[in-house]
Amino acid sequence: MYEIRFHGRGGQGTVVASILLAKAFFNAGYYVQTFPLFGVERRGAPVEAYLRLDKEKILVRSNIYKPDYVVVQDAKLLDRVDVTAGLKKGGSILINLKDAPDTMETFSGFRFAFVDANQIAVNNGLGSRTQPIINTAMIGAFARVMEMPHLDIITGAIENEIHVKTDQNVSAARQAYEAVTLFGMLENNCGNP
Amino acid sequence: MKKVLEGSHAVSEAVRLAKVQVLSAYPITPQTHIVEALSEYCSDGTMNARFLLVESEHSAMAAVIGASSGGARTFTATSSQGLALMHELLHWASAARLPIIMAEVNRALAPGWNIWMDQTDSLAQRDTGWIQLYCEDGQDVFDTTLQAYRLAEAINLPVMVVLDAFFLSHTFEPVDVPDQDLVDRFLPPFSPRIELKTSDPFAMGQMAPPNVYMEMRHDIQKAMEQVPDIFSRVEQEFAAIFGRSYGPVERVHCDDAQVIMVVTGTVASTCRKVISDLRSQGEKVGMLKLRMFRPFPTDLIRENLGSVQKVAVVDRNFSFGASGIFAQEIRAALCNRNGHPPVFGYITGLGGRDVTPEILAEIYWKTKNSALPENESVWVGLNE
Repeated sequence: MYEIRFHGRGGQGTVVASILLAKAFFNAGYYVQTFPLFGVERRGAPVEAYLRLDKEKILVRSNIYKPDYVVVQDAKLLDRVDVTAGLKKGGSILINLKDAPDTMETFSGFRFAFVDANQIAVNNGLGSRTQPIINTAMIGAFARVMEMPHLDIITGAIENEIHVKTDQNVSAARQAYEAVTLFGMLENNCGNP
Repeated sequence: MKKVLEGSHAVSEAVRLAKVQVLSAYPITPQTHIVEALSEYCSDGTMNARFLLVESEHSAMAAVIGASSGGARTFTATSSQGLALMHELLHWASAARLPIIMAEVNRALAPGWNIWMDQTDSLAQRDTGWIQLYCEDGQDVFDTTLQAYRLAEAINLPVMVVLDAFFLSHTFEPVDVPDQDLVDRFLPPFSPRIELKTSDPFAMGQMAPPNVYMEMRHDIQKAMEQVPDIFSRVEQEFAAIFGRSYGPVERVHCDDAQVIMVVTGTVASTCRKVISDLRSQGEKVGMLKLRMFRPFPTDLIRENLGSVQKVAVVDRNFSFGASGIFAQEIRAALCNRNGHPPVFGYITGLGGRDVTPEILAEIYWKTKNSALPENESVWVGLNE
């Protein structure tokens, strides 16, 4: 079983990203289970969503504490939330980030990846510069990080589920898939890629 | 067709396919998504139904009581404070013998203000004369909602379909949503036994003095006593069409079990994994899932738990000054049976606190390693 944890802020489409990814994996033959960890829903407040994937029916219905993958939709959350909490050694973290961070000590022991989803969203006319809609870009990038499902399955799920600016969302997912920077496993003293 | 569906929408889809005619609700988290979808279906013509907008849950129940008295198939949904506000009319619905279906998303009562999972709201309505069915996953929610209409309309009592806040109501997972013609084969149109019409007016719910009231109450109990047989037939017909059945209780690895854990709702799902892991370590542990709470399946409880060494009841609810509510009922069912086992009561997961596999394993080990319960209720997972 794979366990994935999403971090974002209310209004960023974090829960929708998790649902889209779930539907994509379902179409790829997986049993899926996704749900949000709600605070009371407020725009801007930190939110989490969980996604489990398995070839068999998923029985455990508690929150995810030891994810294999973490997706961070807003880099500013790094100051507020311990996003790597419980992340399995050798697990992967994908962050929406403009540039590689100066230091990556926080991420040693994990596979690190980032993508400038804000810019990709804006380039595709999704949201504004201050409030870009980045979730479709993030799941495109995630498919590259996880090496599944096939990008066409991701874009298929977007086409089925997103009825506003569908082509732009598909394009954002494809561009993010290509644009993601993969660092692979970070050992200790991993200041440089 | 199987699709990835939110638990709330598993209810909405079943209500749509049941061709419900009158709906009324007042929105409250975490029930909101259920009636959001249904109000859209009513406004865009997907459902040929009236959605009555009201100013409170009390009025929502009053509205479906009126519609059901008029012979319509009805639905409402609520949670927590909303259910508490309906309390007076819950008694009315059952005593008027109306087959109303309500989805109840378990949510904690305030204060402290809390929108998360807790069973005390629905269990506090245990004496209102409603049949109560507790669901484990999205498919169970869909299937139970459909079954509820057949059961309610056969017995003329209302049914509460109960599902966990968030862990079920907001969880997306694959659910098989059948075509309308299959549902129509299972659930024919409602043919009410009593139908209030303007063309044939009469009075309902008038004075019932001491010479008749007690018999009316006895009749409700006689109807409740018929539920196990009727429900069994409903489930058989459901299984013949859809290939799934659940039962009022479900036994998992009970045959040679020395400890049986009694669970409800989504905790039952997590517990299946825990039981399977403990079994692979050689532990003789089983689980009994309680799906039907009213009428209480006393015979099945005695049959399944009467001669096991120990029973551990997991309650995600609490009756202040007493104990967990499921534990009370299990104790009451077993007490008149000779040589019944000790019943260990555990309180966990109140107000949305997570019930993890580790918590359930801890409950098993505490039970195995104690000869008798240290208290009527042991609270598990409390912060220091």
